[in-house]
Amino acid sequence: MEKPTNQRAWWFVAPVVLVVAFSALIPLMTVVNYSVQDILGPEQRVFVGREWYQKVLTDPELHGALLRQLTFSSVVLLTELPLGVMVALCMPLSGAGSSVALVLLGLPLLIPWNVVGTIWQVFARSDIGLGGVLLHRLGFEYNYTADALDAWFTVLVMDIWHWTPLVALLAYAGLRSIPQAYYQAAHIDGASRIAIFRFIELPKLKGVLAIAVLLRFMDSFMIYTEPFVLTGGGPGNSTTFLSQYLARLAVGQFDLGPAAAFSIVYFLVILLFSYVFYSVMTRES
Amino acid sequence: MPIWLPIVVLSLYLACSLVPIYWLVGMSLKTNQDILGSFQLLPTRPTFENYLTILTDPDWNQGYINSITYVIINTVISLTVALPAAYAFSRFRFLGDKHLFFWLLTNRMSPPAVFLLPFFQLYSSIGLFDTPWAVALSHTLFTVPLSVWILEGFISGIPREIDETAYLDGYSFWRFFVRIFIPLIRGGIGVTAFFCFMFSWVELLLARTLTSVDAKPIAATMTRTVSAAGMDWGVLAAAGVLTIVPGAIVIGFVRNYIAKGFALGRV
Repeated sequence: MEKPTNQRAWWFVAPVVLVVAFSALIPLMTVVNYSVQDILGPEQRVFVGREWYQKVLTDPELHGALLRQLTFSSVVLLTELPLGVMVALCMPLSGAGSSVALVLLGLPLLIPWNVVGTIWQVFARSDIGLGGVLLHRLGFEYNYTADALDAWFTVLVMDIWHWTPLVALLAYAGLRSIPQAYYQAAHIDGASRIAIFRFIELPKLKGVLAIAVLLRFMDSFMIYTEPFVLTGGGPGNSTTFLSQYLARLAVGQFDLGPAAAFSIVYFLVILLFSYVFYSVMTRES
Repeated sequence: MPIWLPIVVLSLYLACSLVPIYWLVGMSLKTNQDILGSFQLLPTRPTFENYLTILTDPDWNQGYINSITYVIINTVISLTVALPAAYAFSRFRFLGDKHLFFWLLTNRMSPPAVFLLPFFQLYSSIGLFDTPWAVALSHTLFTVPLSVWILEGFISGIPREIDETAYLDGYSFWRFFVRIFIPLIRGGIGVTAFFCFMFSWVELLLARTLTSVDAKPIAATMTRTVSAAGMDWGVLAAAGVLTIVPGAIVIGFVRNYIAKGFALGRV
């Protein structure tokens, strides 16, 4: 049934628009304002046009951070999605087992992000943490505070541990909404487990997986607190991602103009990627 | 495929997932000497001292109360504004509806780091700095779009005939909405509340920037454990365990509805 057109529906969305305008548009305008001005004092500001944008975009440190960010987000998406779907496929669909599994599965999502960093900071230490000690006993030279590769490995494992549950929850939600009749039909046709997944479950999961990809992309691209607590961006700059670079620029060096210019670019990059994901994944359905 | 395979895979995954949490709980039951001194799989001298330190210190208690206060304010605001909007998106076409929906989602995409300074200035200038209201309002940046998104899915799962029948029976719109509709989607409201709670509870960057003394969230209290004598790992771990408790309680309440939440969603 087609939805009726009713312009008065705007009254219903007006509160949302007002709240979001207050919490998003006003700050965004402030950022735009900063990005084109040099603020010398409370009453002294000079219009500088594109200068900050040029300065930031040619900064080799930014290029490094962007490259690391893209690598990080790609690895995270490519690991968490298959793993999450696999976990969801293994979940019992009903009964007490599913309730227990759901609560246990969701636990990592409920931990404040600085605590997540703290857990892994100790857990991965090769002298006193279970994870680090285990790797050592298995014969690996593992030290995440000194070796860039180990630091990367730790940050990635931490993120996969932290966020795979979200993908699994979403995929599980999608699986539960598939009518039993589909499975019965497949059973009569003698379809294999792989065929059922390929031709029934995967197409039905497309909607929720689109949400999962979007959420995971956005959040991994904006990651800040966990690596900040775990590695502080180090060793060297090896785990400095975009948000950390930005925070260093804005709070550490107090370079408001370049920080604002970079914020705008950052936001536009996320918007662009998300728009591409959004339209590619919603096109076919 | 053998029937036991999924159970084994799931158990393995959950076991791996719980190991770091076990480590946190274990740490919270050890003294600092035991944590830093040597590797112990099980706490050899378990102690509840760390928990006692937290539960008897008014500063820590205040931190928890502050965090819970802004999370609740945020959840109430988000649900109040998102419910009618989600209803409108689900039931009607109107000028610019699709664009508005994507615009709402874009706010979920703004890195909080981008907004730190503008938020600080905005809330200082209207006198809300260092109040739970500042944190709650700033968190609406990501909770409101998410709430609209989830609720819209739930509402679309309710047949429109119900709305029409209620009008024919002479219900006014608001009476229908409050008396009939909201009870119908209470599961969806529960799930939405859970996600608002979750994202607002775990976010710390904004919460810490927008408060200083009176409304200091628990995360800021935690940084106090870093002192000249080094970090007080035991107390930090105990505080961490206590931060998981509220979320675990909430997820327990809504576990049966969570699965439905996104499945019916838009996209």
